[in-house]
Amino acid sequence: MTEGAPDTLAGARLLVTDSEAPEALSNLPLDAWHRQRGARMVPFAGYAMPVQYEGIIAEHLWTRQHAGLFDVSHMGQLEISGEGAVAALEALLPIDLSTLKPGRQRYSLLLDEDGGILDDLMLADRDGTYYVVVNGATKWDDIAHLREHLPDEVTLNHLDEHALLALQGPEAARALGALGLAPAFPRFPQLAELKFMQAAPFTWQGRPIGVSRSGYTGEDGFEISVRGEDVVALADALCARPEVKPIGLGARDSLRLEAGLPLYGHDLSPETDPAEADLTFAINKRRRAEGGFLGADTVLRALAEGVKRKRVGLSVDGRMAAREGAKVFAGEQEVGTVTSGGFSPSLERPIAMAYVAAGHAAAGTRLEIDVRGRRIAAEVVPMPFVPHRYHR
Amino acid sequence: MTRYFSKDHEWIAIDGDTATVGITDYAQGQLGDITFVELPGEGSSVGKGDSVSVVDSVKAASDVYSPVSGTVSAVNQALADTPELVNTAAEGDGWLWKMTLSEATELDALMDEAAYREYVDGL
Repeated sequence: MTEGAPDTLAGARLLVTDSEAPEALSNLPLDAWHRQRGARMVPFAGYAMPVQYEGIIAEHLWTRQHAGLFDVSHMGQLEISGEGAVAALEALLPIDLSTLKPGRQRYSLLLDEDGGILDDLMLADRDGTYYVVVNGATKWDDIAHLREHLPDEVTLNHLDEHALLALQGPEAARALGALGLAPAFPRFPQLAELKFMQAAPFTWQGRPIGVSRSGYTGEDGFEISVRGEDVVALADALCARPEVKPIGLGARDSLRLEAGLPLYGHDLSPETDPAEADLTFAINKRRRAEGGFLGADTVLRALAEGVKRKRVGLSVDGRMAAREGAKVFAGEQEVGTVTSGGFSPSLERPIAMAYVAAGHAAAGTRLEIDVRGRRIAAEVVPMPFVPHRYHR
Repeated sequence: MTRYFSKDHEWIAIDGDTATVGITDYAQGQLGDITFVELPGEGSSVGKGDSVSVVDSVKAASDVYSPVSGTVSAVNQALADTPELVNTAAEGDGWLWKMTLSEATELDALMDEAAYREYVDGL
């Protein structure tokens, strides 16, 4: 028995462990912690990462019903500060920082000069210092790109001594609330006052932690930046709560797929532009009017002229999953490619994301997917597949 | 009943001139939650090493190869509704198909249980 699907897809890459040299892997601060809890560790973004503990479906459903703790310390945490940081960031990102208040977080895109997507990221205003979280697999390229383009007076600080946890699910607020976080300074909000896409500094038993109310599952939840030396204590305290179980990367992938959230390297790449990726909301209004960011010419032209293809959700008939790389057809005509796909544990059927020709991208369009030589019926459906339940 | 194992993690149990084929418990553990099993057609003729079945897990799709040549005589209908049987009973109720053998000597190239367990320990 061997892998039948291309091993570029996230799931298969998690399974195929012998193709990468284990000695080249770095260990994150929770490495031993994961192993003690029975995690299966796999190479991911250059690190040994937990792909699952008890099983992906059980972990996925637990997160939708209770609260899941994810170690996402492989992701890059950056701080950008200094005179001119606003102008320097706006030269690289299609973001309007004049409308981003302190303590607020926003999704943005790192674009190349051709408007291709180098990475997607979250950026928070920490009182004039910008805190940016980028993907693990791309962080070194991102840092090189930023260093090349940021002027000398703007400081880029890679918080590589910090771990990052995500606590996600309808009981996440109760679990984190029970830890008794204190605002780092009186002027900052209490944890319970944070709404979706807001961020604030706290202390937990004297330890500094940064919390944002955001995540990658579609659920209410938090992302928690914590010093590497404090992360074991924090993970232990959270998992001591009855609502919380540790959750692996496998369920993180199926949760984000159900939430309709694109995964960089699969649904987004330098070959995709923001408009066709259905991420025009990340091109903020003023920037759409004024341009002035790397790749603006191409991106704004695509917005004005319309796109040839579009990222859509597909509901797949039957039980057989359509995965990354599967071709999409309208009759005999090839009209697109699946970029993410798999079994949805919440919906108990296969779902997928695909790029399809604009004429076939409307919700309700019936298409077919070639899955290992067999035509599987599918229908374009609005995303998310599972409704978001953010705390707004 | 004699049971043989392949390096591709299939097992085959021989009972006279018919055999039952499945994937090993080690394989199901590696695959994780199994969500769908595509089975061969009854009566189809298969060659040794042919991809005869596909086991779909939450993580990936994996081909299952026939460890020997022969004709498929039955498939495990229970897997249509309960593919998770392959997780819970890979080497029992989670069998995939039954077949009659055309080249019994092909079994000689397979491992016995002890050799397979040793092989898996080395992975």
